[in-house]
Amino acid sequence: MGGDILTIAGRTFHSRLWVGTGKYKDFLETQKAIEASGAEVVTVAVRRVNITDRHSENLLDYLDPKTYTILPNTAGCYTVDDAVRYARLARAAGVSDLVKLEVIGDERTLFPDTAGLIEAAKILVKEGFVVLPYTNDDPIVAQKLVDIGCPAVMPLAAPIGSGLGIRNPYNLKIILDTVNVPIIVDAGVGTASDAALAMEYGADAVLMNTAIAGAQHPLVMAEAMKYAVEAGRLAFQAGRIPRKLHASASSPIEGML
Amino acid sequence: MDIHVNGQPRDVSEGTTVTGLLEALQLTARKVAVEVNLEILDKQDFDGRLLNEGDRVEIMSFIGGGTVS
Repeated sequence: MGGDILTIAGRTFHSRLWVGTGKYKDFLETQKAIEASGAEVVTVAVRRVNITDRHSENLLDYLDPKTYTILPNTAGCYTVDDAVRYARLARAAGVSDLVKLEVIGDERTLFPDTAGLIEAAKILVKEGFVVLPYTNDDPIVAQKLVDIGCPAVMPLAAPIGSGLGIRNPYNLKIILDTVNVPIIVDAGVGTASDAALAMEYGADAVLMNTAIAGAQHPLVMAEAMKYAVEAGRLAFQAGRIPRKLHASASSPIEGML
Repeated sequence: MDIHVNGQPRDVSEGTTVTGLLEALQLTARKVAVEVNLEILDKQDFDGRLLNEGDRVEIMSFIGGGTVS
């Protein structure tokens, strides 16, 4: 599928699996899992540097920004002001204008505060950021984010880290049908079939972190996810057969005794 | 003079610049973002930006994260 390219804001990607870099044992495991996943886009969080341990390593020593598209997020931000501040800090750190915008509404569910998300997106788009918003599986909010100028939208499959898979497939299908920018299903994937399903529905990419990092064997799961996303994409492009209640023989009757 | 760096008090000499502080902390300017009293600095201003008594400096970088981790 050399010609199957995902384009977002002029950037092109061959892999449709995007991965987070949290929850791994160490940077080496992070690096190996990302290699095994074949991902080109990796999300990172922005945090205070550890100034007491002078030997602490930097994640970017393990993930070369020349090889990967580094997608900073505003994870952990519960207000518009915080999300905007973190996005600006991420850009100031000098990786890119990309931001995975998160404005979280609630600690227990980590569901997005979509009103805050829209407000923060407006501010950041005006400042020239390429805003990729983490949003709920709400088609109306997704369209509003596009109208603001987000070049892609990232609806959740299920709560972050829940591993529940696609909780609301029909809403996701409506988003895919009505919103005319790349849709990246983000959060909630539990295993390979969840990712494959998202791609079969027509998602343009899938972003995950815990499903890989939290697996008993992260490197093996990373590879499984790579194939799942590829298989799901191919099945979407191939066009599945309709579901029917009754059988339909695959072998001809003609020529039988 | 006393300043705050990432929430911790720190004594630095008069005339310390942001670049000087980063060097003292053995941090590479290329990989961090610096905020002084809520103002985010351009990297090209690190050399010339003098720190003042009571400044609140935040030095930020990228860590592993998917969403909230």
